[in-house]
Amino acid sequence: MADLETSLLQALHAQEVIADSGDLAKSLGVEHIVLVGTIRSLQASEMITAEDIDHFRYVLTDEAQGYLTAGSPEAQVFNAVPAGEGITLAELKARVSGEAGDVGFKQAMQQRWLALDKSDVGEPRVVRKVDAIVDRTQQLLADVAGGRELPKAEAESLAKKRKLIKPEQWKTYKLTKGPKFALERKKPATDLTFEMMSKGTWRMQEFKDYNFNALGVPPPSGQLHPLLKVRSQFRKIFTQMGFEEMPTNQYVESSFWNFDALFQPQQHPARDAHDTFFLTKPASTPAGRGVDNDYLNRVKSVHEMGGYGSVGYGYSWKLAESEKNLLRTHTTAVSSRMLYRLANQPGGFKPAKYFSIDRVFRNEQVDRTHLAEFHQVEGLVCDKGLTLGDLIGVLNQFFSRLGLKKLRFKPAFNPYTEPSMEIFSYSEQLGKWMEVGNSGMFRPEMLRPMGLPEDVNVIAWGLSLERPTMILYGIDNIRDLFGHKVSLSMVRKNPLCRLGL
Amino acid sequence: MPTVGVNRDKLFEKLGKVYTDEEFDHLCFEYGIELDDVTSEKEMLRKELASTVAKGGDSKLAAEAAAASEEVIYKIDIPANRYDMLCVEGIARALNIFRGTQSSPRYHLADMTGKQVLQMVVKPETALVRPFVVCAVLRGIKFDPARYNSFIDLQDKLHQNLCRQRTLVAIGTHDLSTIQGPFTYEALPPGEIKFVPLKQTREFNSKELMQFYLENDQKLKKFVPIIHSSVVYPVLYDANRVVLSLPPIINGAHSAITLNTQDVFIECTATDLTKAKVVLNTVVTMFAEYASTPFTVEPVEVVDALGNRTLYPDLSYRSLTLTTDYVNSLLGLQLPGEEIVKLLTKMQLAADLGPDGKELLVQVPPTRSDILHACDVAEDVAIAHGYNNIPKRIPATTTQGRELPLNQLTELLRAEIAMSGFTEVLTWALVSHAENFEFMRRPDDGITAVEIGNPATADFEVCRTSLLSSALKTLAANKDNALPIKLFEVSDAIVLDPSKSVGARNERRLVAVFCAKESGFEVIHGLLNRVMEVLGVPFKEDPATAGSPVTYHWSPSADPAMFPGRQAAIFTGDTQVGVFGIVHPEVLAAFEVPYPVSALELNLEPFVFNQFYESLLEPLST
Repeated sequence: MADLETSLLQALHAQEVIADSGDLAKSLGVEHIVLVGTIRSLQASEMITAEDIDHFRYVLTDEAQGYLTAGSPEAQVFNAVPAGEGITLAELKARVSGEAGDVGFKQAMQQRWLALDKSDVGEPRVVRKVDAIVDRTQQLLADVAGGRELPKAEAESLAKKRKLIKPEQWKTYKLTKGPKFALERKKPATDLTFEMMSKGTWRMQEFKDYNFNALGVPPPSGQLHPLLKVRSQFRKIFTQMGFEEMPTNQYVESSFWNFDALFQPQQHPARDAHDTFFLTKPASTPAGRGVDNDYLNRVKSVHEMGGYGSVGYGYSWKLAESEKNLLRTHTTAVSSRMLYRLANQPGGFKPAKYFSIDRVFRNEQVDRTHLAEFHQVEGLVCDKGLTLGDLIGVLNQFFSRLGLKKLRFKPAFNPYTEPSMEIFSYSEQLGKWMEVGNSGMFRPEMLRPMGLPEDVNVIAWGLSLERPTMILYGIDNIRDLFGHKVSLSMVRKNPLCRLGL
Repeated sequence: MPTVGVNRDKLFEKLGKVYTDEEFDHLCFEYGIELDDVTSEKEMLRKELASTVAKGGDSKLAAEAAAASEEVIYKIDIPANRYDMLCVEGIARALNIFRGTQSSPRYHLADMTGKQVLQMVVKPETALVRPFVVCAVLRGIKFDPARYNSFIDLQDKLHQNLCRQRTLVAIGTHDLSTIQGPFTYEALPPGEIKFVPLKQTREFNSKELMQFYLENDQKLKKFVPIIHSSVVYPVLYDANRVVLSLPPIINGAHSAITLNTQDVFIECTATDLTKAKVVLNTVVTMFAEYASTPFTVEPVEVVDALGNRTLYPDLSYRSLTLTTDYVNSLLGLQLPGEEIVKLLTKMQLAADLGPDGKELLVQVPPTRSDILHACDVAEDVAIAHGYNNIPKRIPATTTQGRELPLNQLTELLRAEIAMSGFTEVLTWALVSHAENFEFMRRPDDGITAVEIGNPATADFEVCRTSLLSSALKTLAANKDNALPIKLFEVSDAIVLDPSKSVGARNERRLVAVFCAKESGFEVIHGLLNRVMEVLGVPFKEDPATAGSPVTYHWSPSADPAMFPGRQAAIFTGDTQVGVFGIVHPEVLAAFEVPYPVSALELNLEPFVFNQFYESLLEPLST
C-alpha cells in the first residue's frame, strides 16, 4: 500500500497532472479499484485533488460469452438446417437444443433465412430460404469483446431486446497536486507511544483529532445481580441497627413450625394445597423429632381450647396435620424456631433482634407479578415491655433507611399477630400511598406456649425483596428479575444500589 | 382476604351520609378495611365481555352487559376474621358504630315463655357423615330485592370463607310457613332420600341427584365430593317428612324462601361445631335488623343423639377481663380508663370500668368471634384511637448486629467471583424432574431429591439437587448474547438427608459456567484455583503450604453430566466437595445450548470457617 502511495505521488510529482488514474493503474500493474483507496486517503489528507471521470461501456452477458465462438443462435440454427429438402422441426430441435434452439429459430425466421414448408403431406419441414448468411450478431459481440464501440441502435437492441450485452459504468480520476502535496505523507499519530517517548519524536509528531463523541471500550468485568445488590444493602441496614441474622438455609419445614407454632388454625386457607407446596418426599416430620413433647401439647391445647387468657379456636387439633412437610411459605417459620430456642436456651431468656432475607414458596401460577418463590425480608425484636409504639418507631427507622420517610399504618388481620398493621409509604414520585410491608406483635397464643416470659413481647415486620427492587430498577416483569429467563444485559447494566444511608 | 361488593348508594343511605370515593377510602383505611375497586355491574360484565373478545365474543354476555345496572358498586376488602362484615348490613353497622352515629345493638333471644320452642332432633347416624346441626328462626322479616340479594350473598361469602367451601359448615334457609316442626336431622342411604331440589321441577333420589349435579351443574358439582362416597347422606326433614335440605349440597324446593317470606328458619350443618355456631350467629345477627322486633332471634332446641338439649343460637355475651395497664403497656399509650371504654364502644365492645379505675370488664358480642384474647381488645382500642396517633418509641433493646457466617462468606465470595469476570444470575430452586435428572444424564436414585406433591405448575416437581441445571437453562435463554458468556450463582441446592429432623437440608453451593465456541475448560479450572486462593485453601501438592489444616486437590471423575476424560472431582481431605469439567454434549443438547460449556459446582459449606479454620456452620435444626 505504502509503495502504491509512493508510486502515485512520484508519478504526480513528475507529470504534474495525471489525466486518468485508469492509465496509471495499468502502468503500475494493479486493478484500478486497488488504487482508489490510496487516492481517497491522499485526497482526505489534501495531498492531491481528484476529479471524477465517468466511463461507460458494454460488456457481454454470460449467455453471450458462448456465442462468441459457436456463433449466434440464429446462425447455429441456420447451419443445422441442411440445404435442399430441409428438416423436420423435431429433428432441428434435437440438433440445436435449449434456449439457443428456440431463440435461434425465431430469429432465423424473422430474418427470413429459413421458412416452414407445409406443401408436403405430413409434417411441415424447415428449409433454407437463402444459400448463405452473414452472422452479424456474432460480429457485434466480437466487437464488444474487443472493446470496440457499436452503432447505437444495434447496441440497444442487443442490450434490451436480446440481453446479450449489458452496460457497465465506472469512474476513474484526473489527479492534480493538492495544497498539502508532498512526496511522502506525514501521517498524524493516533496515540502516544512508548517509542515516541523514548525517542522524543512526540515533540514533532502531528496527532490525529480525537473523536470526543465516541464511547470507550467497556472494561472486562463481571457483575452482581441487582436483587442481590439490594439484599446486600438490606443486610447492612439490619446489622447496623443491631439485628442478628437467622439461619434460614432450610427450605423444607414441617407444618408444625410453619403454621401450628404460629397459632395458624389447621383449617386456615393458607394450609390448602392451592397455596402451599406440600411434599411427598420427605412427606412428614414425625412429632418426636425436634419438637419437645410438652411444647407440642401446649400448642395443641392452645389451638383447641386456648389458655394464657385466650379462648382458642375450639376445634380438634390433628397431630398428623402438623407433621406434614412443606416448602416454607414464610421465613416466620424460622422466626418461630428461633423464638422457641430463645425461650429455652441455657441461662434463660435474653432480649434479641433477629432478621433474615431468604426464599419462601407459594404454590402459584407464574405471571408478570407472581413467582412460586420469592425473597421475604423479615425483622423482629423480642424484649420485655415492647409496645406498638416501639414497632412504629422501629419501622420508621428501618424504612427511612430505604428512603421511605413518610409512613402510615392501616389495621390489618394476620393469624399470628395482634395488633397487626399494614405499612404504607407515600411515594413523592407516584403521588400516592403504596403498601410496602406488613407488621404486628406476635400473639400470646404463639409466644406463651414456647415458654417466653409473660412480659416479653415480639414486634415483627416483613416485606418482599422483589417489589422494592423492581421499583428501584424500573423492572415491570418479575420474571426479568428472578429466574433463568433473566435478561443478562439488565444484570450487566444496572447501577449501584444506594439504599441504606 | 374476602372482597364484598356493595351498592354504594344503599351503603351511603345506611351511613346517612354521602362520601366522595376519597373520603370513604380514608374511613376504610382508619377502620382496617380497604376500598379495593369502584365499579358497577355493567362495568364488571363489560370487563368479562372484553376478556371473551379473543374467542369471538359472547352474545349472551353482551346482552346482559347492555341491560345491566350502572349503579356504583364498592368492592371492599374485609379482614379474614371479620365475618360480621361480609354484607352491607354488617359493614354499615360497624362503620356507624365506629363513627358514633349508632350505638351497638343488643342481640338477644326472643322470650319464649308460654310459646312452643321449635325442636331439631339429631339422629345418631349423622355422626357418620356430618355430626352437628344448629338452628334459629327470624320472625317478621321484611325482604325487598336488595335485602333478599344481600341475604343470599352473605351465605355465599360465608360458604366460601369460614365454611371452607361448605366442608366445615353449610347453611340452609327456609320459609318457615311451608314447614312444620319438630324437625329431624338424619343420615340415610342415598337411595332412600327423595325430594324435589331447589331449581328443579321433578323428584330425584339423592343418589341420582349427585350424578345429575356432577354432569350438569358447574356450581354444585364441586360440593358433591364432600358426601359422595359416604354410605349415608345427611338430610333434614320436617314433621311431615318434607325434605328441608340435603346438606351441604342443596335445599328442597318446597321450603324455598321468596321475597314474601316473613319467618325464616335457618339451619347450619357442620363437621365443626364451633364454626357452625359462628356462622349461625353471623347470619341471624346481621338480618335480625329486619325482624319485626329488631335484633331479636327466636331460638330452636337441638336435641342431640344422646338426648342432650341445647338452645341455639348462643347469643351470649362473653366476658373478658383485662386492665388498662395491659392495654396501655401493649400499645405504648397512657389512656385513662374512661377513654378506653369510650374507644371500645366505637368497636362494638361494651366495657365497664372496675372500682379501681383499672379493671376493664368487656362484653364480647356474638358478632365478634374474632376476639380470642385481651390482645384483640387492645388492638380495637388502638384502631379506635387511630394507629397513626400512637407516638413513636425506640426500643431500648441493646443487641449486637451479626451476619450469619454462611451468608457472610456468600457475600464476600460473590464479589470476588464477579471481580473474576463472571456475571451473577439468580435462578429458581424448583425445577422439573427431567431437568434435574434425565437432562443431566444423572439417574434418580430416589434418595436425593425433595419431591413436591401438588405443584400448580408442572415445571416445579422437585427441589434442585444441583445448581448446574439452572445455569444451563439461563444460558439457553440467553443464546443471542455475545460469546463468551460467563455466569455464576451462589445459592442453595436441596437434598434429602434422613439425619435431619425434617428429612432434608439445604447446601450452599457455587456454580459457574463458561460458554463459548471452545469449551474453556482452563478458564473454569482457573476460577476454581482463584476461589480456593481467596478461601485460603491451598492446593495439596503445593510444597510451600505444607502443614495447612485445609487443602484441596482434584482427581479424574465419572459424573455422567460431564464429558468423559474432561472432568475432575474436587476434594478437601477425603471429602468430595464438587466437580468441574466440560459439560456432556448430550446434556447441552437436552437444555438446547448450542455451544460448548465448561462448569464448576462446589459445596461451600466445608469452607465456612474463621481465620483459625474453625467451622462456623450454625444449622437451624438438627
